[in-house]
Amino acid sequence: MEYDPKHTSTVVLKPFSQSHGVGVARSVSVDLNNDASLLIDIPDALCERDKVKFTVHTKTTLSSFQKPDFSVPRQHEDFIWLHDALVETEDYAGLIIPPAPPKPDFESPREKMHKLGEGEATMTKEEYTKMKQELEAEYLAVFKKTVQVHEVFLQRLSSHPILSKDRNFQIFLEYDQDLSVRRKNAKETFGSFFKNMVKSADEVIISGIKEVDDFFEQEKTFLLDYSSKIKDSTARAEKMTRSHKNVADDYIHISATLNSLSVDDNTALKKFTNVEGRVASDEELKLTELLRYYMLDIQAAKDLLYRRARALADYENSNKALDKARLKSKDITQAEEHQQQCLQKFDKLSESGKRELTSFKGRRVVAFRKNLIEMAELEIKHAKNNMALLQGCIELLKSN
Amino acid sequence: MAAEMEPPPLGDAGQTDFREIEDGEGFFVSTVTTLESPEPSSPDPPSMPAEGISTNGPKQEDISLDDDPEDLFAEATEEVSLDSPEREPILSDGPSPAITPVTPTAMLTPRMGLGTAEMFERSLDEIEEDDSGDTFDMHIAVSDPEKVGDGMNAYMGYKVTTKTSMTIFSKNETTVRRRFSDFLGLHSKLASRYLHIGYIVPPAPEKSIVGMTKVKVGKEDLSSAEFVEKRRSALERYLMRTVKHPILLKDPDVMMFLESSELPRAVSTQALSGAGILRMVNKAADAVNKMTIKMNESDAWFEEKHQQFENLDLQLRKLHASVECLVCHRKELSVNTASFAKSAAMLGNSEDHTALSRALSQLAEVEEKIDQLHQDQAYADFYLFSELLGDYVRLITAVKGVFDHRMKTWSKWQDTQLLLQKKREAESKLQFANKPDKLQQAQDEIKEEIEELEGKVQQGEKDFELISKTIRKEVSRFEKERVKDFKVVIIKYLESLVQTQQQLIKYWEAFLPEAKAIA
Repeated sequence: MEYDPKHTSTVVLKPFSQSHGVGVARSVSVDLNNDASLLIDIPDALCERDKVKFTVHTKTTLSSFQKPDFSVPRQHEDFIWLHDALVETEDYAGLIIPPAPPKPDFESPREKMHKLGEGEATMTKEEYTKMKQELEAEYLAVFKKTVQVHEVFLQRLSSHPILSKDRNFQIFLEYDQDLSVRRKNAKETFGSFFKNMVKSADEVIISGIKEVDDFFEQEKTFLLDYSSKIKDSTARAEKMTRSHKNVADDYIHISATLNSLSVDDNTALKKFTNVEGRVASDEELKLTELLRYYMLDIQAAKDLLYRRARALADYENSNKALDKARLKSKDITQAEEHQQQCLQKFDKLSESGKRELTSFKGRRVVAFRKNLIEMAELEIKHAKNNMALLQGCIELLKSN
Repeated sequence: MAAEMEPPPLGDAGQTDFREIEDGEGFFVSTVTTLESPEPSSPDPPSMPAEGISTNGPKQEDISLDDDPEDLFAEATEEVSLDSPEREPILSDGPSPAITPVTPTAMLTPRMGLGTAEMFERSLDEIEEDDSGDTFDMHIAVSDPEKVGDGMNAYMGYKVTTKTSMTIFSKNETTVRRRFSDFLGLHSKLASRYLHIGYIVPPAPEKSIVGMTKVKVGKEDLSSAEFVEKRRSALERYLMRTVKHPILLKDPDVMMFLESSELPRAVSTQALSGAGILRMVNKAADAVNKMTIKMNESDAWFEEKHQQFENLDLQLRKLHASVECLVCHRKELSVNTASFAKSAAMLGNSEDHTALSRALSQLAEVEEKIDQLHQDQAYADFYLFSELLGDYVRLITAVKGVFDHRMKTWSKWQDTQLLLQKKREAESKLQFANKPDKLQQAQDEIKEEIEELEGKVQQGEKDFELISKTIRKEVSRFEKERVKDFKVVIIKYLESLVQTQQQLIKYWEAFLPEAKAIA
């Protein structure tokens, strides 16, 4: 890959499954449902300027699909469309819709590339090459991350008994032409803006409403509290990994300058900087991404609670309306019907909500466990590597 | 102003030295007389022996040893010679301060240099012989910083402990108390004596008005504690580096500094003193001088080395900047890790799944420990690596200064030669003068002047050769020291990194079963 600070370039990344090993990439979310009837992955991605094109590959045994094995190109906006379509579907009000994948963010490496281009004159050739390599590694890391979150989003859907059968989902997977026609136009974007405003009003409702069910009462308290804590943790974990990266970068500069001083053999120090950089990015992948993902997931769970709370509020309003109607002896049947509807909706939401939240907790615990173990193991591995490198370097110096 | 007061000490100190010389060798008696008249036109050298100079206050009070300022060195000689027979020959014909006033005009009067340079050369050889007998075994520790006094007159006193088995020292272990200006005073004395003849005198730690003011005001916080520690460590390194130099080690002022319990206060080191201002003026004059001297470098070695040192300077400065960046970032990392640890603990608290909650709390603890690790590592980064680099950047400045002195010596020599030429021309012109009665007198005068100048030219050449020779030796010693120094420090630094990694492994390995226990 040639990174020219002056021109943007097209980068093709080889199939991620090869570099990760199948199954490892799906780290932040874990499939509790081992159904192999619908398998989705993103084996390939292309980066053009700001746009990332994902290749979504589906393997299925279900008859609802036209082919058993197929791939389509998709953009980030297509994923958002799918997510919003699911959220807007009334039938899924009682489900936790998996959070939409965040937009691919190349801001940080792009900034670094810019700085690198500016500072080229002051660096030695070797330092420049090294920095470029680091930059490429960072681009790659951002890529990995964004592919992972998009993949996980689809896999959550495919493993969900109800959502996997969604029509829009199927279209997303199968439709071999550009989805942009179906995507948000200006009017719809406007509508979603309002929706967000309504949501914040919901937050007031949800905290004010009197909960009839113990389970939901507990969940509500837990989720509200946990949500703010995890947001905090995510932000701090981000800061931490960024500092770590800064330290690793500094080592690059130092080893380059030491080299030109030719005070000692610096290959070990250089390798050390490599490993430090990798520690930082692995840490990020495991810890920060884990927290970030669950922060979003918890938001989705909260959304479910909002919907349910709204349904409850509707139900209570319908009750009041019915009482009023009975008082006025007008439109009683209508009011009764409406009340029945509300009750039904509320019950459905409560039932599926309970199910969803329980499975959500299970999923969360398992995912945390997996990621924390992997992170600890990686830290140990890197530290051992570092130690071996450094000791080798010390031996070399002492023997001279 | 202060400048006017200074010439007398020059004369005094000069006389003292010649007294020594007369005792030992009896050289150049004639030149002594010329020195007795103070020269108001030439400003003093930038760093005069502190004892002889006071700024606006009365000089006498500053001199604790004797009422008679002239006897300073004589006093020192006597005091020291009592202790060991080895020292005597060194001191009597030893490195007397060949004070060379620095002025923009080439017309300097290094009369003293005439006498001392030759003796110096001889004594240099003697000193080298001495070196082979007494191996370097010395350890100096600077410790126990204690605040003395109150308010703006307060200062930090440091304990200086010297442990040695070398015979030139009177005791195996000596402890004295010194303050920062004492160190500066020592350095200024050494610099005035040795720098211009080609010795690389290690620079003293830098002053810091901000840092000291905080300490004086009594601010008992982390930054002032750090400042004191930084300074203490720098002072220790400075002393060690100074005594590692075989010539400097045997300098009487160094010995006095290390051994005598009371040291006269070095006021000329104050930034705003008369001497301080003089220093600044001379520095500016030096800079102008450097630009105007165009030397014909006949020796390729010097050309090469000069270039090498320029490069080294650049690289070291760059490296220093990078390491300072590293220290800064690592401190940031430590802060961020601590804040994450707190947040993770809170997350663990609000987590309702017990095993996960426990694991998260454990994670928080691990991160806290790691934060401490980062802090320690930053400390090591700084004290081992960054300070060493800072020292060397300053050392290289001293090295470049020595090269500049060589240039000056060459330029002086050339100027004297030119002057001689002019005088010879004037002599031949005299033949055609039409004042026959005054002719003989004028001719005699000129002959005398020419003789004198010829002597000076010879001396100038000798000076130049001597300084070149000295510099060669110094540079090779410097290079050896540098490589050794860097190697030692880098190994120590790498070892500190290794330790950090080991700790990391321990912490994460302790955490792993907790993570696995999440059911």
